[in-house]
Amino acid sequence: MHIPDGYLSPQTYLPFYAFIIPYLALASKKVKRSLRSRHAPLMALGAAFSFVIMMFNIPIPGGTTGHAVGGVIVAILLGPWAASIAVSVALIVQALLFGDGGITALGANCFNMAVVIPFVGYYSYKLFAGSSEITAPRRWMAGAVAGYLGINAAALLAGIEFGIQPLIASAPDGRPLYAPYSLAVALPAMALEHLLLFGLIEALVTALVIRYLQKADRELLTIYGGDR
Amino acid sequence: MKKSLSTVQKMWLGLGALALASPVGIILPAQLKAGSAWGEWSPGELEQRLGFLPQGMKKLAELWQAPLPDYAFKGWDILGLNMQSLGYLASALIGITVIAALMLLLGKIGLKD
Repeated sequence: MHIPDGYLSPQTYLPFYAFIIPYLALASKKVKRSLRSRHAPLMALGAAFSFVIMMFNIPIPGGTTGHAVGGVIVAILLGPWAASIAVSVALIVQALLFGDGGITALGANCFNMAVVIPFVGYYSYKLFAGSSEITAPRRWMAGAVAGYLGINAAALLAGIEFGIQPLIASAPDGRPLYAPYSLAVALPAMALEHLLLFGLIEALVTALVIRYLQKADRELLTIYGGDR
Repeated sequence: MKKSLSTVQKMWLGLGALALASPVGIILPAQLKAGSAWGEWSPGELEQRLGFLPQGMKKLAELWQAPLPDYAFKGWDILGLNMQSLGYLASALIGITVIAALMLLLGKIGLKD
């Protein structure tokens, strides 16, 4: 889901940059109100976890690869705003140091993976967990559903961003200037592989961490209590 | 050991274990003949798929030369999967260190006690 440089037209990547910079400033303000400096190590852990889980490329035999993002579990533990910052830092380091995801596409990649995944994930978790006990099985099940929905929402968006490029920018001879595949190709390609496989990985990762913390340290599941 | 590890410390150890296992992320796709992620083809790969390279992509694709492209040391791609795994593992450790340091710094500067 890391869109490389060259796949998005300036008409696409510039608006995402224009959104993500003030968004991250707002996120920092929100995080200052909901977390304290003693939570900094946990934010570092969350960002590093997201980074390393993205290195586990899951193959579709003879086809493509994909991976979990870990953004939903970070959002459940520390809140969606903190998850936005943590995943954005991971994405920025991936782009600059490892060339994974483009520099021009950073705004769009942060939007897909560091805004959409945490928010869809966090609010799905709240919805499905309801007022159940912190140790209830319903909690890790809600986490699994949240993980699945969060990453699929992002994959759908990335599919749209790829798929609208031929409509936005073509050469006079009709050849696409950037990502070449139409919505009819890009959208099902991105959506299906996440619906069938990579979404299940995000669901598994989210549920496993919740189950572990339910047994090991339930306090860590109650850090984020909404915005103040 | 005087005091048992805290949950957060245990999770750091778990993260370390994940980092050590990270080469699975290139070995498994290689064994199952899975290629790039959808939409993440290099310009060369895309040119092969399409028969041409989109004009706008040419300029943008070379904008940034990452020091460890695709989680590998430059030139190690010809050395085979074992050496690539080593580069991948080193990249995981470098990435974790840089990201954790950045986040701790941001937390120290930005968050109140």
